[in-house]
Amino acid sequence: MTTKEEHQDKVLKEVTEQEYKYGFQTNIEMDMFPKGLNEEIVRKISEIRNEPDWVLEFRLKAFHAWQKMEKPQWAHLQIPEIDFQDLIYYAKPKPKKKLNSLDDVDPEILEVYEKLGIPLEEQKALAGVAVDAVFDSVSVKTTFQKELKERGIIFCPISEAVRDYPGLVKEYLGSVVPYSDNYYAALNSAVFTDGSFVYIPKGVKSPMELSSYFRINSAGTGQFERTLIIVEEGGYVSYLEGCTAPQRDENQLHAAVVELIAKKDAEIKYSTVQNWYPGDKEGKGGIFNFVTKRGICKGNHSKISWTQVETGSAITWKYPSTILKGDNAIAEFYSVAVTNNYQQADTGTKMIHIGKNTKSTIISKGISAGYSQNSYRGLVDIKRSAVNSRNYSVCDSLLMGNKCGAHTFPYIDIENHTSVVEHEATTSNISEEQLFYLQQRGLDEESAINMIVNGYAKEVLNQLPMEFAVEAQKLLEISLEGSVG
Amino acid sequence: MKMNPILEIKNLHAKIGDKEIIKGLNLTVYPGEVHAIMGPNGTGKSTLAYIIAGKDGYEVTQGDILFNGKSILDMSPEERALEGIFLGFQYPVEIPGVSMTNFMKAAIDAQRKYQGLDPVKPGEFLKMYREKQALVNMPDKIKNRSVNEGFSGGEKKRNEIFQMAMLNPKLAILDETDSGLDIDALRSVAEGVNKLRNKDNAFIIITHYQRLLDYIVPDIVHIMYDGKIVKTGDKELAKELEAKGYDTLVKS
Repeated sequence: MTTKEEHQDKVLKEVTEQEYKYGFQTNIEMDMFPKGLNEEIVRKISEIRNEPDWVLEFRLKAFHAWQKMEKPQWAHLQIPEIDFQDLIYYAKPKPKKKLNSLDDVDPEILEVYEKLGIPLEEQKALAGVAVDAVFDSVSVKTTFQKELKERGIIFCPISEAVRDYPGLVKEYLGSVVPYSDNYYAALNSAVFTDGSFVYIPKGVKSPMELSSYFRINSAGTGQFERTLIIVEEGGYVSYLEGCTAPQRDENQLHAAVVELIAKKDAEIKYSTVQNWYPGDKEGKGGIFNFVTKRGICKGNHSKISWTQVETGSAITWKYPSTILKGDNAIAEFYSVAVTNNYQQADTGTKMIHIGKNTKSTIISKGISAGYSQNSYRGLVDIKRSAVNSRNYSVCDSLLMGNKCGAHTFPYIDIENHTSVVEHEATTSNISEEQLFYLQQRGLDEESAINMIVNGYAKEVLNQLPMEFAVEAQKLLEISLEGSVG
Repeated sequence: MKMNPILEIKNLHAKIGDKEIIKGLNLTVYPGEVHAIMGPNGTGKSTLAYIIAGKDGYEVTQGDILFNGKSILDMSPEERALEGIFLGFQYPVEIPGVSMTNFMKAAIDAQRKYQGLDPVKPGEFLKMYREKQALVNMPDKIKNRSVNEGFSGGEKKRNEIFQMAMLNPKLAILDETDSGLDIDALRSVAEGVNKLRNKDNAFIIITHYQRLLDYIVPDIVHIMYDGKIVKTGDKELAKELEAKGYDTLVKS
């Protein structure tokens, strides 16, 4: 063995010995259903939430479709057999009393947020961020409601939206991601428990970033978030989604669905920092994250922008996509995906151009370390009607060490001659030369790597709102501590 | 009273893989001195610079390198840097997405931390940054660019001297800083070095040509050949070398 290999092994050892920093569990009483999924469970979920019949119907249709569907096998992922009858499909933290103010929130729940470094109190104070805190399946606390209400903005748990704004939910739920879309979307549609609902009326620009922190906290339960964001003509919203999950031994399934609808001249900016528990150093445990996120630029001149920083989960299967239906619509996808140890990620986007003069941009930055596998998978689909449309894609991969893998699977489908599609891809290692250069100026190896990685990911991090960018930068550093190429 | 040397290299032998590159090299540098090391390509000049700075991949098989009386062979590259060794690179590497100011702030703060000081205040830092930029004629626009990214050859070299000015090292090794520079760039690089020279620091200038030495006048000139210093003299030696060529001088 050469010195270099020995060094790499030493470093890999250090990395793998690094424990998940947000691994802790709280002892909050849980309301739980028995394990397993059948029609009875679906009905019970709907019943316990006092849902109207049309929601139950939606769930049942989805459930029956799901029963007939196959799990997708095309991703570059090795997914262990998941026993869907061994999961719990509903868990709800028992509030100790009715919640009127922040003081009434379960102190243990507040403590969880404090451990995460994002206490609600601070969140409230943070530059105009309204937080819809989701603890397991039921929303605990919603802030800033009043200020939003004055502008006619609706920001609430989807369960409340079903009750209070049934017309809106009925019209749009499943309109971008139909329940029959794919295996995991069908499962979500059958058993979704909570998530956020956002409605921005015509001409209204949300005065603050809307933020939702998700967290899985019950051993053996799945998490099935459902998010629906509708922005009417000329409206604007920036939505932040972020999560960290406690450490546990069993694999956990997470199958969320996010639907975005942007009308004429509307703009939606959707940012995610994802840090689900990635599993331990042997690759045991960790969250399985199968997410369907899709937006539609419905009206002319509408815009949807996805930004994601993915550092967590044992398995990530996620392709935030945009249908560019309106003429002159714009869609963007900015992604940093970090995998370490035995993590696997297959992530990317789909840009479906239908309208004229539509424009999409894809900037994907993968970072692989340890024994991980990191794949970019993207589709640029330009329909016959999408004359003069453009796509620009950049897919970069950065490798740390020689035991990980980076893969790029770009699919391009063009049906007209007036469109322009550009694709660039690079794969590189963190170079010894760069490391030495920084070390020669007095930076230790750790700081040098952080600096190089943050520089590499900067184009994407720059897209995030300020507070989020800081958190994301911290996450990249935590995720890669000790890894050297 | 004789001062203590800043750098003492004693019978240094080093190899890359199985190939011995440095073959019994001795060099002593005192504070206030400027040494020039000249020699043809492939004699181990850059290797020597890398070994002093602690780059990975070289194995010292014999001898020692003392910096201010302490052996540095077991020190990491950053420790050596923090102790006061600076290497001006022959080919400065690009670091995309990392701005010059961020990079320099991190380097200065690392140094201050090593000295037990708090991080430099932003205002103070920017003032110092501007002063040192002026010292080496660095255009101000460069500070917002990524480290060395899209810099011209001359800008890259000037940037090395700028960083040296910021970090104020005890020993600076400039590895072919003159290569690829036009006469104006050469002059501003030399001016920068001359302004930084003082009785407490020392420079080792590695170069092929005597050209740079017209602007930075060395106290001592060494000729390196096949991994060893084969001849040492004053600045006249550089001129003699220029006139006669390596072959004649080395073999005489």
